[in-house]
Order: sequence, then structure tokens, then C-alpha cells
Amino acid sequence: MNLRATALLFFSSHQSPLNPAGIQARHIEHNLVLIFGITSAVYLIVIAVLFFGVLRNHAREGFVPHTLVEDPDVDRKATYIVGGAIGATVVLLFVMMISSFITSHRTAVLANAQSLKIDVYGHQWWWEVEYPMDEQPFRMVRTANEIHVPVGSVVTIHATSRDVIHSFWAPNIHGKKDLIPGYENDLTLEVDQPGTWRGQCAEFCGLQHAHMAFDIVAQSRADFDRWYVQQLSAAPEPTTPQTIHGRDVFLNHPCMMCHTIRGTTAGSTVGPDLTHVASRSMIAAGTLKNTPGNMAGWILNAQSIKPGVRMPPNPMPGQDLNDLLAYLETLR
Amino acid sequence: MNEQHVVIAEESYTTTSDAERAAQLAKVWAEPSGFLGWFKAVHHTTIGKRYMVTAFGFFLAAGLLAGAMRLQLAFPEAHIMSPDLYNQVFTMHGSVMMFLFAVPMMFEALSVYFVPLMVGTRNIAFPRLNAFSYYLFLFAGLMLFAFFFVNSGPDRGWFSYVPLSGPDYAPGKRADIWAQLITFTEISGLCVAVEVIVTVFKLRAPGMSLNRIPIFVWGEVVTSFMVIFAMPGVVVASTMLLLDRTASTQFFNPAVGGDVLLFQHLFWWFGHPEVYIIFIPGTAIVSTIAATFSRRHVFGYMALVLSLIATGFIAFGLWVHHMFATGIPQMSEGFFTAASMMIAIPAGTQIFCWLATILTGKVVLKTPMWWVLGFFFVFIIGGMTGIFVASVPVDLQVHDTYFVVAHFHYVLIGGAVFPMFGAFAYWFPKLTGRMLSEMLGLWSFWLFTIGFNITFFPMHILGLRGMPRRVYTYPADAGWTALNQIESVGYIFLFLGVAVFLYNVWHSLRRGEMAPANPWQAGGLEWATASPPATYNFLNMPTVNGSEPLWDALPDQPVVSGMHEDVREIVTTRILDAEPEGRDEMPGPTAWPFIAAVVTTALFIGSIFRPIAVSIGAIPLAIALIGWFWPTREESQRRARRNIWEQS
Ligand code: HEM
Ligand SMILES: [Cu+2]
Repeated sequence: MNLRATALLFFSSHQSPLNPAGIQARHIEHNLVLIFGITSAVYLIVIAVLFFGVLRNHAREGFVPHTLVEDPDVDRKATYIVGGAIGATVVLLFVMMISSFITSHRTAVLANAQSLKIDVYGHQWWWEVEYPMDEQPFRMVRTANEIHVPVGSVVTIHATSRDVIHSFWAPNIHGKKDLIPGYENDLTLEVDQPGTWRGQCAEFCGLQHAHMAFDIVAQSRADFDRWYVQQLSAAPEPTTPQTIHGRDVFLNHPCMMCHTIRGTTAGSTVGPDLTHVASRSMIAAGTLKNTPGNMAGWILNAQSIKPGVRMPPNPMPGQDLNDLLAYLETLR
Repeated sequence: MNEQHVVIAEESYTTTSDAERAAQLAKVWAEPSGFLGWFKAVHHTTIGKRYMVTAFGFFLAAGLLAGAMRLQLAFPEAHIMSPDLYNQVFTMHGSVMMFLFAVPMMFEALSVYFVPLMVGTRNIAFPRLNAFSYYLFLFAGLMLFAFFFVNSGPDRGWFSYVPLSGPDYAPGKRADIWAQLITFTEISGLCVAVEVIVTVFKLRAPGMSLNRIPIFVWGEVVTSFMVIFAMPGVVVASTMLLLDRTASTQFFNPAVGGDVLLFQHLFWWFGHPEVYIIFIPGTAIVSTIAATFSRRHVFGYMALVLSLIATGFIAFGLWVHHMFATGIPQMSEGFFTAASMMIAIPAGTQIFCWLATILTGKVVLKTPMWWVLGFFFVFIIGGMTGIFVASVPVDLQVHDTYFVVAHFHYVLIGGAVFPMFGAFAYWFPKLTGRMLSEMLGLWSFWLFTIGFNITFFPMHILGLRGMPRRVYTYPADAGWTALNQIESVGYIFLFLGVAVFLYNVWHSLRRGEMAPANPWQAGGLEWATASPPATYNFLNMPTVNGSEPLWDALPDQPVVSGMHEDVREIVTTRILDAEPEGRDEMPGPTAWPFIAAVVTTALFIGSIFRPIAVSIGAIPLAIALIGWFWPTREESQRRARRNIWEQS
């Protein structure tokens, strides 16, 4: 088995810079491997020299009082060797520096006109995602914590924060970029392997920084387009008595004070948009799998799952909860 | 190899002169005794020891907090600590380690104790300021822990970025306490920096020209200058933060035109040099110990000194490499990458010089030298991963992950804690007059080194597997559990290593073998005094003939004579060649610095709650300062007689 395959096995993960699924991450990985190679070689040489040096000439007899060991000839030779070593250091540093510059340049693929633009807003502690449409600014896809992108096309993430500083980091795809209130940063990337790649906030942002993850779902153009059209639509009208009651529960509880479900009167943007919540695989910014059980627990008392989260507990009778869950299930 | 035998003329200073002079000096330089005397002490060895013990205490406390983190992280989705407590714990750990342990230990404690001894004078310049700075440092730590115990410990990380630490997102007093902690430690650091610079520039023993200053002293001088240039950045940042929080200014509020990145620039202008402030003394210790235990002058004295100075300069050109992810232009990224890599050149130069010292010398393997060897093993790994984070694209992947946590612990523990333990093993006989046990020393060395690597090496891998730092927990299916558990086990070894060290100290203090004046046959002036040194340091003020004064002394090396020994008199010398220039008198013991420090503390803490406390507190502070500087009649008369100002 070759080295690279071993490394892959060891690092293989959906949240690792050493398992690249995008062009940028791949360039960075090459740079990283180069630096790793050079520095480890230098390290091994230095430690070996030290080890054998000490082994060879340590004073087994301990201190011999009043003696010093100095010899101008030896020192002169040592000066040349030290000078040479410093020279070699400078050369190697140059190699690593140039390779970093080249890598930076390569990862900065200029966004072309056709690139897909996605706005990402950081919130304590979730991600708001929008796919703006220049022609119809009011009709756009808005979702949370799950970013769909077509494989093989250039995507520009346009990022800022609604509160404190966060950092957008999906290591299989690209390095991180901070989301800073008052600033807008672009991150241009291109995913070349379909799959779900996990990302996580990388700048400490308070109590629940640990639970601020997201998924990048890379899919074929056709799948992406299908998803996109689906997301563009408003929520379907509930049809069964249960789901109708479920919607009323939603609208009569504090839920609507924070969330949007397009097609209903709930239109608040404090929390994630729930118009298509059932289509997402995780809830609470990557904290829980999106199952009815988890959803129930979350609604009843999110604080026990993600202490400090900006969503209050919502105690309600079992019947209401069941109907609410059934309604949310329809929001695909 | 040719071995050249040189006689070390250590005896020339300890000629048994009349016991009368010693008794007279002891009386003049006596530290006050008794309970009240404790508050009046001004001798640098007394204050230096207090600094060491206090800073080490904070090291232990912050180490226990680290244990709490390791416990919490040993299990995925654990509920041992609440996220709120975890955030306080990691912030306390980082802040205490940086501000209350690493800088005070490596810079303040060691330079206060050793610089005056190494340059051959009787006390540090401005001894009362020195006492003041110690009390401020002590109170800073006590205040911080007091607030932590009432659940008000800072919880925004050791660099407390805005707006997370600003008025909108950090209610309560926690962020203010962090900002005031900074103010305290700044002031005490600045005081010591001034004292060290003046001591080294004006009070060196005659003959100790610039090219004969011991490397360790050079290290502390470079550090002092860095403290002076770095601190203003964080002074401004933390003051602006406090004003935003307590006086409703809007420096960092983007909604009204403030700028959140400004804080980061100001903080890292200080924060990056801070790291070098911590390990430049460490590397200087390595140079010292490596020379003594290789039985030769350090190889490349000039290159080492120039490297220290170069490091000091370049350290101020790197701060943006903490901000690569904030979206700065590619052009400036390139500049800071180049500067960050450039600093590897002086670092490499030092390493090669040490290697040459060791390889051309004859290495005596005692505990201090083992710590130096451990330093090589560990610190160089930290240096190597430093190149990873200097490279912008790679940094964008590893920044703010456990890779960085591994990197800076290799640098900080390698560059400060290993040399510190080496320094304790080396200078313990001088400090206490007792030898440490070699056997226990080796046990603590091996336990600590092995434990350290088990705890921190896997963090590199965790980072490359995507684990961000400052998370209070992680999902069970992330694939991070096993490595985290290994790390937590490593902590136990670290803990034992420190415990054995403490036992060694405790045991040696009571039963250790008595230490001679110069147990390691070393060359520094500090070894020319008794162990422990008397309060007047040197019976005969020494003169110097080389960078290792005891090794280079002439057979008939002269001593300074003709000083007044009925007052606290010292010799002042010229900056470049250390030619004697005049004499001056050191102030004696007094409790005013303590009182001033109490008042200052009350003022700082009061200002967290009511800004007006600054104005009210200024009154007692002024009174304390007047008391502090009030001259006595005899003192002024002597000063007038000595007429030092006209002479020089
Ligand atoms: C007893 C040995 C130590 C252990 C086991 C330890 C462990 C840790 C851990 C696990 C973290 C990460 C916290 C997180 O990201 O959630 C951390 C952070 C940190 N440690 Fe240590 N540490 C030790 C010693 C030190 C020392 C000696 C220093 C400095 C001289 C230091 C300075 C820091 C700093 C500055 C941070 C960052 C805090 C922050 O993120 O605000 N540590 N340590
Ligand atoms: Cu965040």
C-alpha cells in the first residue's frame, strides 16, 4: 500500500483538509505535503545529529573540575558547517515560501460571471444561506445550515455576519474565511466530488460555538436544479386535518415570532427559515439528525440539547406536538 | 579532539576578606523582618523569589484547569462541564498561562532575580518600583481567581475578540475583568522592563562591555524592549474595549462606523511579540545551560546575540499572520508570509549554534542538560509547525483548529516550560543553598516529556481531521474520540511529572545536600556569590574580563574598592564599555509600594463598576506616591555631597 493511500485511510473524513473534494483543497493539500516533507526531513536530521553527538561525546566521568573544552581549529570548522546549515535553511524557506505563493494564486480562481453566488450569514449559532436572484430579488431560495452546490462549477460564497465573528470552514473543499460584522468576504470554490461535506464554525463565537456546523451537499447539475426549483416554491398547503391543526399549532405558538414558513403568515427571520425544513438532513446547525423524535425533543426544550441557544422551550400537549410534527414533515 | 585545560579562577572573588565588612554590609542591606517587614522588602532576590513562587502557583492552577478541559474532552457529547463553565475554564487557562505564568515567570521573575547578580551589582534599579510591580501582579491573579470562583471568570478566550466581548454580546462583568487583568499585567511588565534596562545599561560590573554581557542578560534586555514596544498595542485595545463597555464609546461597533478588525490588529501587534517575550528568555536559558554543561563558551556568541535582537525586531512584523482568514489582500498576505518565514532564520541560527556548542564540547548529562535536550526535541517541532501556519494557504486550513493548539503548546511549553524546569534544576542551588535530587529530577523530566508528547502530539492529527479549537464538546461520530482519550491519558503523566518535581523541591529544601557556591563549575557572575546570596550579593564588587566572568577571570582579577559601605551604595558604569562612571545610592525598605499597589488595585477594580472610581482613586494614589518618594534629610544630604549629577 502506498503512502498516500495509508494517509487517506487515516485521515479519510468528511471534515478533513487531507481528503480534498475540491480544487482549492487539493492545491492546499499539495502545499501542505511539501512543507511536511521538508520540515520533517530537517527535523530528523537535526535530532539525529544531536542524538549521535551527545551519545558520542558526553562526559561519562561527569564533571572534571576546572576544565574547559575549546579548540579554535574545531570552532573554525564548525563555523563553516553552521554557516552552510543557515544557508540551506534560507534556501528551503524560499522553496516553501514560493510554493505557498503559487498555491495562494491557484486557489484564488477568479469568480467568473457564470459562477453561482451564495450569500452566507453567520448567526449565533447557525448559518443562514441565500441564493440571490438578481432579476427577482424577492424570490429567492433561503435555507439554513445546508448549502447545495452543483459539482464542477465555480461557486462564490459571499459571507458576512449578523452578530459576532464566525468563520466558514469546510476543510474538504477550501480553507476558512471569517464572517465579520461590517465586512463582506468572498470565498470562491469548486467542488469536484459529489457527496456531503461537513463544515463547522472555526472562530470562537460564544456558548454554542461547538454546535455550529453545516453541510455542503454537492450534487449533479440536474439534481441541483431540481432541488433549487423545489426550494423556490412556497410551502404546500396542509391537506389532512392533522397537518392543518399542526400548522395552527405552529402559528399560535411563539414559533412564528422567530421563523418563516413561506406561504403562511409566519415571516420572521430571527431563526432559520423552515419552509423546506423536512428536506434538510440535520437540525440545529448539524447537532441532530432530522428525525421526528429529535425534532420533538428540540421543540419541547432546545435548551437541554444546545444550552444557551436562542430558542425558548415550547411546552405543549402531546397531541399538539404530534400534529405539529406531522405538519413539519410535509415541508419538503 | 584537542582538549585544552583552562583554570577556572572562581576563588579570586571569595578571598576571605574581613568578616567585619560582611557584617556591616549585612546590616546596611538587611531586609526588614517580622510580619510587617514582609510588606517592606525591596531586595531583588526577595522579590524575585516571590515572583517565582507566585508565577509557579498560577502555572499549577492553570494546569489544573487544563486537566478539567481534558476530562471534559475525553468523552464525546460529555456533560461533565456546562458550556458556560468550559468557556470560562479555557479562557482562564489561556489567560493565566500567558499573563500570570509565562511572562511573569520567564521575564519578570527570572530577570528580577538573576540580572543584577549576573551583571554584578547589589540590587536592581528602582527596587521600590520592583516591589510595586510584584504586588500588582499578585493582586491581578488573586482578583482574577476571586471572580472566577464566584462564576464571573472571563469566558471570551484569551484574546477576547470584539464584538463577542463587546457590550452587546458579553453582558455582566466577565469581559471587563479580562480587560483589567490586562491592565494590571501590562503595568507590572512595563515596570520590570524599565528596571532591567536601567540595571543592564547603567549598573554592570566594570569591564562588562556590551560584548561580554551574558547571553541570558541579553535575552532579558531584548525582552524588555519588546515589552515596552508591544504593550501600547494591548493597552489601547483593552482600554478601548473597557470604554466601549463602561462609557458607551463605539470604537468597535460596526453599526455606527466602528471597526471590529481594529481590535485584532491592536491585539496581535502585542500578542505576537508576546510569544517571543515568553520564549526569548527560554532560548537564553538554553544558551546558558548548554555552555555550562558542554564545558565551553557558547559557540557563536555574536551570532546568538544578533539572533536575539533580530528576533525581537522581526517579531513586530508578523502580527497579521493571526488574521489570514479575515480576508486581507493577497499582497499583504505575501508580505506577512515572507516575514513569518524569515523569523526562522535567526531561530535556525540559534539552534545550529547550540548544536555546535554541544558537539564540540564535552556534554555532562545532569538534569538541567536533560531539560535542554528535551527542549530541542519539543521546541523544534513547534518551530516546524510554525512554518505550516506561516504559509497562508495551509494556515487557512489549520488556523483555529487543534493543529494550532498543538503548535503553540509545542512552542510555549517547549520554549518556556522546558527551559524553566531546566533553569530551576540549574539555579535551585543558588536560590536555596541546597541541591535537588538528580534521581527525582530525571523522573520528573521523563514523566513530563513523555506525558507532554502523548497529550499534545495527537492534537496535530486531530486538527488535520477537522477538529476546531475552543469547542466544549464534539459529536461521537466525528472520529475524534480515540485521539482525545489518548491525550487525556497523557495529561496524567504530565501531572505526575510536575508532582515529582514539587516533591523534589519540598524534599530537597528540608534534606537536600548543601550546595557549594558554584556546584556546576559555571562561568556566570551569579556563581561568585554564596548560595543563597547574601542581601548585599557580593562582598567585593567584581570586575569582568570576558563573557563568562569566572572562566575568563585573570589570576589577579581586581575587585572594586573604595565604596561607602555604611549606606546602600552601588557603582554606575557607562553603557558601552562599562567603565566606572560614578556611584549611586539605592533606596531602602518601605511599605509604600505595597500601599500604592493596594490603592491601584482598588481603583482598577472599582472602575469596572463605576468609571468615576478612576477619579476618586487618584486621591489616595497621589498620597501613596508622595509617601513613597518623600526624601529623608540624611539621604538628600548624602546625595548633595556625592554630587553625582555634576560628576558624570
Ligand atoms: C499542563 C499542561 C497543559 C495542558 C494539558 C493544556 C491543555 C490545553 C487545551 C486542551 C487547550 C484548548 C482549549 C480549547 O481549545 O478548547 C489549551 C489552550 C491554551 N493553552 Fe494550554 N495546556 C497546558 C499548558 C499550557 C501552557 C504552559 C501554556 C502557556 C505558557 C498554555 C497556553 C494555552 C493557551 C494560550 C491556550 C488558548 C486558550 C484560548 O483558546 O483562549 N497551556 N490548553
Ligand atoms: Cu460561529
